[in-house]
Amino acid sequence: MENLKVMAYDLRKDVIDMIVEGKGGHIGGDMSVMETLVALYFDQMNASPENMDDPDRDRFVMSKGHSVEALYAVLAKKGFFPMEEVISQFSKFGSKYIGHPNNKLPGIEMNSGSLGHGLPVCVGMAMAGKMDKKDYRVYTVMGDGELAEGSVWEGAMAGGHYKLDNLCAVVDRNRLQISGSTEDVMSQDVQEERWASFGWNVLSVDGNDLDAMIQAFEDAKTCKGKPTVIIANTIKGCGSSVMENKAAWHHHVPSPEEYAQIMKDLDARKEALLHE
Amino acid sequence: MNKVPNRQAICEVLMEEAKNDKDIVVLCSDSRGSASLAPFAKAFPEQFVEMGIAEQNLVGVSAGLAKCGKKPFAASPACFLSTRSYEQAKVDCAYSNTNVTLIGISGGISYGALGMSHHSAQDIAAMSAIPNMRVYLPSDRYQTKCLIEALLKDEKPAYIRVGRNAVEDIYSEENCPFQMDKATVVCEGTDVAIIACGEMVKPAVDAAALLKEQGISATVVDMYCVKPLDKEAIVKAAANAKAVITVEEHAPFGGLGSMVSQVVGSECPKKVINIALPDAPVITGTSREVFDYYGMNAEGIAKKAAELVK
Repeated sequence: MENLKVMAYDLRKDVIDMIVEGKGGHIGGDMSVMETLVALYFDQMNASPENMDDPDRDRFVMSKGHSVEALYAVLAKKGFFPMEEVISQFSKFGSKYIGHPNNKLPGIEMNSGSLGHGLPVCVGMAMAGKMDKKDYRVYTVMGDGELAEGSVWEGAMAGGHYKLDNLCAVVDRNRLQISGSTEDVMSQDVQEERWASFGWNVLSVDGNDLDAMIQAFEDAKTCKGKPTVIIANTIKGCGSSVMENKAAWHHHVPSPEEYAQIMKDLDARKEALLHE
Repeated sequence: MNKVPNRQAICEVLMEEAKNDKDIVVLCSDSRGSASLAPFAKAFPEQFVEMGIAEQNLVGVSAGLAKCGKKPFAASPACFLSTRSYEQAKVDCAYSNTNVTLIGISGGISYGALGMSHHSAQDIAAMSAIPNMRVYLPSDRYQTKCLIEALLKDEKPAYIRVGRNAVEDIYSEENCPFQMDKATVVCEGTDVAIIACGEMVKPAVDAAALLKEQGISATVVDMYCVKPLDKEAIVKAAANAKAVITVEEHAPFGGLGSMVSQVVGSECPKKVINIALPDAPVITGTSREVFDYYGMNAEGIAKKAAELVK
């Protein structure tokens, strides 16, 4: 089996190419969320190009839709569409590879982009699974800045009320949003207590550690009678010191010099993983 | 005198259909009583979901259910459903193309004296402006039944608005001509064409009777399908008349009047008068009192029509 940790860095390189080619994209959040997506699509979920019409498939909604480039890279790697195509056509005039998820593309269940929508939709998907006594699981990934949206908490309240233990939400806790630190913009450090008080099982892990993420998803499956939220503590721009923990890289397009350095850094991280 | 409001007709159809269709799911936002859906909740507890007073979640959850094969009907006061959860209607229902039927209850000024917070005089404009969202305002209980039955046969999102009060029958059990997305011509005439939707169809029909006494013949078109608008019916009615009147329980902008004016202006130009609510919080009163005050009754419509064709 392909080394998934290495794969996460190869996919980061694809994302960088996509953003440079498309002259735009939400690069920082793409980098932070990559291990979450790789864990879901290559270890946890039964969702593939072959089974997308199967009512028993696991469901995923990218609530932080602006990290669509990371999702595109993962879906392309999974075989939903060609990687070269999405890299060359991303955001281009008339392209189907829009800057937020669109369910006209194979592999994407729901359109998103406006924040605070994914969790309510996933509550509905999880409810349908319970009604039909199906075993599929439902996943969504939100940003930490997204938690300021009231609809997130409407969904959280219902998820807890209806004890949807087939639902697992991830918060990509990279601590930065477009204007700066989440703690300056709208503090989220108390979110663990918030989720717990809404009736959720709360896990907090290193979200850029693939093994830790996989373990958290496994732990979530064993929790009965409650939905689980995994607070994935991540680094915005994870993969290169050029981008890491810099709010300006929320949606910055690398210059040729920055591009060269980022690719070099990503290769170095990859190399280190291979010799782990 | 009919005592069955259209919302109750919706419940009756859903209860009948739910017996054989386990995928029908009704969702309310603490609104099962005002939506007349309490009997459904009681009879089909496994197919009823209470969402609490949370309209955004109501619509988002409905979309998720639909995406997993359910046929959700989300009922909430039109004033909240069409504004508080507007973005969920746009993104989760219309843009994502999920099989969600949004039922705006107590629409227009049904809530009368409760004031503008509880009025939905903007819902036709708002919902119609969303690509892939259909908008229906059934006129009476028989048409409401036909509409719900038709909506159960397709898998696209729709917004329905019904009023709180019972509406006098226009059609009957035996005679309710209905074709999905085609307006119903209630009567035909050559002087004036009255195009109405929802609760305003009945006064339009009564206005035609008053006009007949004055020797003026009127066509009345029941445009329950505001979107997709039946343009053909508009052009046909307008072409045969000297002038056109639209009547709707809605703000004067972006509703049926605006849409009919667009069609008539481009296809068969002639004078169009829009009867609608004012661009202001309406006067305090029951909906009947408010309609009378603004001339949105049979006498008011007939008076406007008579002036127009004089």
